[in-house]
Amino acid sequence: MNRTKRLVALALAAILLLLPLSGCKQYAPNEVLYVYNWGEYMDETVNELFEQETGIKIIYKIYDNNESMYAVVKNAPGTYDVVFPSDYMVGRMIAEEMLEPINFENVPNFQYIMDDFKNLDYDAGNRYSVPYTWGMVGLLYNTKIVKETPKSWDALWDEQYKGRILMYNNSRDTLGISLLRNGCSLNTTSEAELRVANDALIKQKDLLQAYVSDDIFGKMESGSAALCPAYGGDAISMMGENPDLACVFPEEGTNRFIDCVCIVKDAPNKEAAEKYINFLCRQDIAELNRDFTAYSTPQQQVYDALPEEIKNDPIAYPKAEVIQKSEVYDHLPQETLELYNSLWNDLKNK
Amino acid sequence: MKKKLIAVPYYVWAAVFIVVPLLMIAYSAFTDTQGNFTLDNIVQIGKYWPVMLRSVLYALVATVCCLVLGYLLAYFMAQQSERTKTLLMILLMLPMWINFVLRTQAMQDLLDLLQNWLRLADIPLQVSNNPFAVVLGLIYNYLPFMVLPIYTSLEKLDRRVIEAAEDLGANRFNVFRKVILPLTMPGIGSGVIMVFVPTISTFVISEKLGGAKHNLIGNVIQEQFLQVYNPNVGAAISLVMLVLILFILIIFSALDEETKEGLL
Repeated sequence: MNRTKRLVALALAAILLLLPLSGCKQYAPNEVLYVYNWGEYMDETVNELFEQETGIKIIYKIYDNNESMYAVVKNAPGTYDVVFPSDYMVGRMIAEEMLEPINFENVPNFQYIMDDFKNLDYDAGNRYSVPYTWGMVGLLYNTKIVKETPKSWDALWDEQYKGRILMYNNSRDTLGISLLRNGCSLNTTSEAELRVANDALIKQKDLLQAYVSDDIFGKMESGSAALCPAYGGDAISMMGENPDLACVFPEEGTNRFIDCVCIVKDAPNKEAAEKYINFLCRQDIAELNRDFTAYSTPQQQVYDALPEEIKNDPIAYPKAEVIQKSEVYDHLPQETLELYNSLWNDLKNK
Repeated sequence: MKKKLIAVPYYVWAAVFIVVPLLMIAYSAFTDTQGNFTLDNIVQIGKYWPVMLRSVLYALVATVCCLVLGYLLAYFMAQQSERTKTLLMILLMLPMWINFVLRTQAMQDLLDLLQNWLRLADIPLQVSNNPFAVVLGLIYNYLPFMVLPIYTSLEKLDRRVIEAAEDLGANRFNVFRKVILPLTMPGIGSGVIMVFVPTISTFVISEKLGGAKHNLIGNVIQEQFLQVYNPNVGAAISLVMLVLILFILIIFSALDEETKEGLL
């Protein structure tokens, strides 16, 4: 009797363990590609087209910030093939050996990327990343409420907009704006500068409506918030939804970001990943994604084919002198990252 | 013998989804990134005590509000005709068919809208993105968990006991205090636990309705895992919360025993 019991228990345990494996069509490992991208950052027909053309099945998952993507890849390496980190996160993932070098022979469409976007500091020698989109962080405001065009990041500290200001709910962007406002570099490692910047944020907290990520869209489009920093492409999307919104680049300068596509170290299907990256760089596909995301393109041909009014859009393709004043995030040394964490904790939890 | 056999799937389930994860949390809480034993993670929790205190406070306020509102509602429901009971029950359950995150998002939008109107009308009242909104969200989301167990114990109440009390000369207040309340204590107990435990660890409600400005301990844990990537500290906080909740539940049940004895 005891024996039977043990057998039944064992059988049940086996069934329980096998359950997650059943229930879906089985693909051979080289027929599946795991893609992990930001939400709202790709026209979904692109994946369908790729599946039709190559017969490779795409499993597509999304995330909402670099740090959570990093945590998932760090915890479960070898789960995803393709990820879309921003500049500084590319640098961090290279430094921690989390990315696989790309064989550029399999990505011939890399030739269409503008030279300005090759060999940047976060990936010197350009071995691990292909630029996907870029943009600049602007100051987005509602002209119905903010009557005078803001010139400086100071506007985010203006008492008269109390309760209607938003900031990003991540330490890098939020501390970055405070650093810029104080005339410091976005990549400073000076503890004193960072502490002063954080003190300004602690003072600002009382004026804020919220720290946001994707909620920025609803709050700005509905007019419940009056001003906030916004990634260029998002700012353009929001201005499309609410004509009262306008965007400027403050005089202190701003952050320029380059979001890339990379292959994760020990990716289960590296070959398909390279095919996919090459596919994303193909002109027709890149155009689909550009139209969907409204972010600026690093591809020469896609840019050339744009209508004049988009090429002249001062937010999507800012003038050279504005770009000159901008700064790209670097991967910061470990002790600075830890300082960021402790300052963020002081800001959010006190 | 047969009974034990039936329990086997549960034991397997508990082992895979409860015991193993708990052991993993405990292991992470007492190790560093290299896997060496350390107490540093536990020591680091010290700086989060104001957040923990705030979480306990919000959860207590929400639980007490749910208890008062929930008891009144359950009491009212229990006295209605069968048809009205069904209708009220459906009304109570209906919002729960909609995803919880979606409901919280909708509530944020509604409160923002209300705030806009108040601002236009020059009424200096703050209703969104503040502690009030967070506690309101907690009450709104967890009220049904308080009503249901209390309602069930009220339903089970024998009418004749109440009649007996009335016949023996107890006024309505005394009937409630000395008969109804003690007999529904088990319902109150489960209601309090079912509201208090999830409210103390929530992170969605405080992020959406508090504008991410009033972090609760759930937000801190989430940030440890997904923002600053310090899973060991995250695990340590989770473990301490687990012990804290256990401790509070023991106090609750001890109080429960006392009230029972005191009243009976």
